[in-house]
Amino acid sequence: MITFSVNGREQRFEGDPDMPLLWYLRDIQGLTGTKFGCGEALCGACTVHADGAPIRSCQTTLGDLAGMAVTTIEGLSPDGMHPVQVAWRELNVAQCGYCQAGQIMSAAALLKDTPHPTDEDIDSAMGGNICRCATYPRIRAAIKKAAGAVQRKTAGTAPVKAGSATK
Amino acid sequence: MSDGIANLSRRAVLMGLGAGTFILAGGLAPRARAEEPSKKYGGDAMPGGVKDDPRLFVAVAADGAVTILCHRAEMGQGVRTSWAMVIADEMDADWAKVTVDQALGDEGRYGNQNTDGSRSMRHHFQALRRIGAAARQMLVQAAATQWGVPVAEVTAEHHTLMHGPSGRRLGYGEVAAAAAALPVPARETLVFKDPARFRYIGRGDVGLVDGFDITTGRATYGIDVRRDGMVYAVVARPPVYGGRVVHYDVDEALKVPGVLKVVVLNAAPPPSGFLPKGGLAVVAENTWAALQGREKLKITWEDGPNASYDSAAYRAELEAAARAPGQVVRDTGDVNGALKTAAKRVTAEYYIPHLAQAPMEPPAAVAQVTGNKCEIWGSTQAPQATRETVAKVLSMPTENVTVHQTLVGGGFGRKSKPDYIAEAALLSRAMDGRPVKLTFTRQDDLHHGFLHTVSVERLEGGLDAKGKPVAWLHRTVAPAISATFSAGVTHEGASELGMGAVNTPWVVPNLRVENPEAVSHTRIGWFRSVSNIPHAFAVQSFVAELAAAAGRDPKDFLLDLIGPPRQINPADMSDSWNYNEDPVAYAYDTGRLRGVVERAAKEAGWGKPLPKGQGRGIAAHRSFASYAAAVVQVTVGAQGKLTIPRVDIAFDCGPVINPDRVRAQLEGAVTQGISLATLGEISFKAGQVQQNNFDSYEVTRIDAAPRDIRIHLMPAATYDAPLGGVGEPGVPPIAPALLNAVFAATGKRIRSLPIRDQLRT
Repeated sequence: MITFSVNGREQRFEGDPDMPLLWYLRDIQGLTGTKFGCGEALCGACTVHADGAPIRSCQTTLGDLAGMAVTTIEGLSPDGMHPVQVAWRELNVAQCGYCQAGQIMSAAALLKDTPHPTDEDIDSAMGGNICRCATYPRIRAAIKKAAGAVQRKTAGTAPVKAGSATK
Repeated sequence: MSDGIANLSRRAVLMGLGAGTFILAGGLAPRARAEEPSKKYGGDAMPGGVKDDPRLFVAVAADGAVTILCHRAEMGQGVRTSWAMVIADEMDADWAKVTVDQALGDEGRYGNQNTDGSRSMRHHFQALRRIGAAARQMLVQAAATQWGVPVAEVTAEHHTLMHGPSGRRLGYGEVAAAAAALPVPARETLVFKDPARFRYIGRGDVGLVDGFDITTGRATYGIDVRRDGMVYAVVARPPVYGGRVVHYDVDEALKVPGVLKVVVLNAAPPPSGFLPKGGLAVVAENTWAALQGREKLKITWEDGPNASYDSAAYRAELEAAARAPGQVVRDTGDVNGALKTAAKRVTAEYYIPHLAQAPMEPPAAVAQVTGNKCEIWGSTQAPQATRETVAKVLSMPTENVTVHQTLVGGGFGRKSKPDYIAEAALLSRAMDGRPVKLTFTRQDDLHHGFLHTVSVERLEGGLDAKGKPVAWLHRTVAPAISATFSAGVTHEGASELGMGAVNTPWVVPNLRVENPEAVSHTRIGWFRSVSNIPHAFAVQSFVAELAAAAGRDPKDFLLDLIGPPRQINPADMSDSWNYNEDPVAYAYDTGRLRGVVERAAKEAGWGKPLPKGQGRGIAAHRSFASYAAAVVQVTVGAQGKLTIPRVDIAFDCGPVINPDRVRAQLEGAVTQGISLATLGEISFKAGQVQQNNFDSYEVTRIDAAPRDIRIHLMPAATYDAPLGGVGEPGVPPIAPALLNAVFAATGKRIRSLPIRDQLRT
C-alpha cells in the first residue's frame, strides 16, 4: 500500500505502483483539472506540485510518491484567488485554456522559489509547458504581474509595473 | 461552461424558468423576411443557415438573470464571451447578470454550428445584434404595456426600463414573463443601438466567461467528461492509411489488470472521410490499464498500397510535377512570351511539409449508446458532422444522436473531423451501452490525423529593364482535402486555389496560375489557415525575391505590385469561391491590403538601420475576408542561432467586436506561424508517420516565442461594414515575413520549411 496526500487529503493506494499519478488523479480521483497532453513529460500540461516542487504527473508513478504531499490545480488555492490565478484572469491569458492548469502550476512554483523572476528565469521555468494557442506573451506578462502582487502582499514594496506584450 | 455535464441539465434549467422567463423553445412563429436573393452567401449559404430568433438564444429569469445560449464551439477564440457580449450589449443587459450556456448540437434548431473557417463572428454578428435588439424591444414593449404608456416613452438602459416622463423604473426580470408572451418583432422593425452607447462591443474589457473555470481546473473538455459506469478505451489503428488487421492475439492484453475487453473495429477503405480507420480497441477500467493492454496486443497488419508513401520521394514527385505545365486555373496575357522577353527572369521553388494540428487536448470523447439512441460528450468543432457520422456507424437516424458540446482544448481544424467520436460510439455499443471514454495519445494524434497538405510551389517571374514585373507564373502542387472524401481527386479545389494561389491582385500584365496533379496517400484535412499557408509563404517570399532581383526595397516593391486602391471582383482573378462571401460586398480591396502593409511598416520602423546580423521582413496576405501584414524582426547570431525579438502585425478585419480576443488570436497566430516555419514537419516513411510526440514534432515554446508582439488593428468606419474572419488570417503572412527577414539579415534565402538547422554555419 502506498500512502500520500492529494490537496491535503490522505490517499491509500493498493493497486499497480507503476500507475502514473496523472491517471490516478484523472480517472480514479476525478480530479480532471490536471491534463493529459503527451504522456512523456514533454508538454507540461500535467504539472502538479509534489512537496511544493513542480513535477510532471504523467511520468511520476504512485510508487514514487510514498509519503509525499501532492497539490493539483484544484488545491492550489481554496477560492481560486492565488495571485497567479488572479493575474491569469486579469490579463485574459487563456485561449482554449487546456494547458493553463499546467502553466499556472509551473508559474506558482517559479514564484515561490524566485519571487522576482527575470525573463530568462521565466523561459527556464516555463519552457517545459507548451501552449499550442501560443499565449506566451500573456503568460510572461501574468507572471510578472503576479510577482508584483506577491511582492506587494509580502513586503509592502512599490508595485512592479506589469508589462504587457501587446500595445 | 462550467462543466460539459451541465449540458444535461440545460434544458431543465431553461424550461424550468417557466413563468418568470421569456424567450423559450416552442413553435417558432413565421417571421417577415426580406426577399431572399437568388444566390446565398455567408452564413445564409451554410447548411442550416443563420437563426436569429431571440427565443432560441436568450432567457431572462424573474430575478433578472440573463442566460445566453452559444451554439459555436469554444476552442480558444473566445467566442462564448464575444457571442454573449454582442447580445447583451444590444439588449442593454448588465454583463454581471449574464451567464453563458452551451447549445446542443442541433443544426435544424440553431442553424449552422460548424466552428471553422473563421466564421463565427463574420457570419453571426448582425444576427446577434438582431437577437439582442429584439429581446430589448420585447422588454420595452412589456414595460410600456404595464405602465399604459406609449412605447416611444420607454427606454432600456443597463438592465433597467425607464419611463422618462414619470421617472418610473422596472428591472428586466420584472417584465420578463410579460415580454415572453409577446410576438418577436419583425426584422425590419428592429432598431440597433447607437454604437456610441456600446458598453461591451468594440471595447475589449470584458473578462472571459470561462476564465475562472479555466484557472481553477474546473473547466471541462471532452477528455474530462465522466459518466457513471464509464470505462476507458484506446485503439491500436493501422499504421498505414488504408491498412487493416489480418491477424491478432489478445491473450496477453486481456491479462493486464483492469483490461475488460478487446474490440475489433472494422476499417473503412480509403477515401474514408470522417470514418474511423479501424483496428483493435482495448477497453479498461482506467486509461492506464487500457494503454498497458494496448502494448500487449500482437497484431499483424496488412498495409495496403499507401505503404509506399515516403516523404522524400513524394517531394521529388511534386517537384517534377511543378516543373511541367499543369491544369491552368488562371490566365491573363501571355506569360510564356513575357518570360521569354523579360530582361531578368527569376525562378524559385518552395516546399512546406505536412503539419499536424496537435491541439493540446488530443482527440477524445465520451459516448453512451442506449437502445437506438446515442449520447455524445465531446470536443468537436462540428457537432452536425458528428451526429451524422455517429448515426452512420451505428445505423441509426441522425436525430437519435445527441451531442453535448464541451470546451474544445484546441482545434485548429483537427476537431472538425469526428472519427474519434465515432470510435467512442462504436465501443459503447460493443460494451453493451456502457459509457466509453475514447482517448488519443499524442502518438495517436500525430499518426492518425487529418494532416495539413504538403506542397511544392514553383514561381517564375520576369522583370523588364527597369525592374518592373511583367510576368508571373505560379504552379501549385499539393494533395487536396477532397481526396480524403472522394476517390480520384488529384487537383486542388476552388477553395484551396482561392486561398492565395489564384487570387493575387498583382498589377502584372501576364499572369498565369497552374495546378499540376498530386495524388494523395494520407488523410488531408483542414489546418488553421489551410492552403493560405503554403500559398502565402511562396507568393510573399517570391515577391521579396523579385524585389531583390530588381534592386528595390521589398515593401515598396510589394506596394507597387498591389497597385492603386481598387475593388476587384474575386471572379476576375478566377476565384469563384471568395470564402463563400458576396463578391461585391466582399470584393478584394487592394486599398485595405495597402493599408495594412503601410501600417505594419510604419509601426515597425521599416527602413531604420539595424545592426549586422539583424533584419526585418515584410509580408501581406488577404484570407478569410481579412487583410493582414506582418513585419518580423530577426537576429541571426553565432552558429546561425535565430531569435525573433519582435513582430508587428497590422490587421484589418472590418469592425472589431472584441478587441481583446482579436489581439489574442493574432498573438497566437504569430507564434503558430513561427512554429510551423521554424520547426513543424510531419514526414512519412514506408507509409508511416515518423514523428511520435513533441520531441520529434516540435512546436514553439515560450523561450523561442517573440517577447514583443505588437498588434495594430485598423479601424472600421462603421459596425455595419462586412466583417472579416479573425481566427486564421494572422497566420499566413508570418512564415514569409520571417524568411524575408532572415534574407535581410543574412543574404540567405530559405525556400524549404521548416528552417530547423538550415542557418547553422
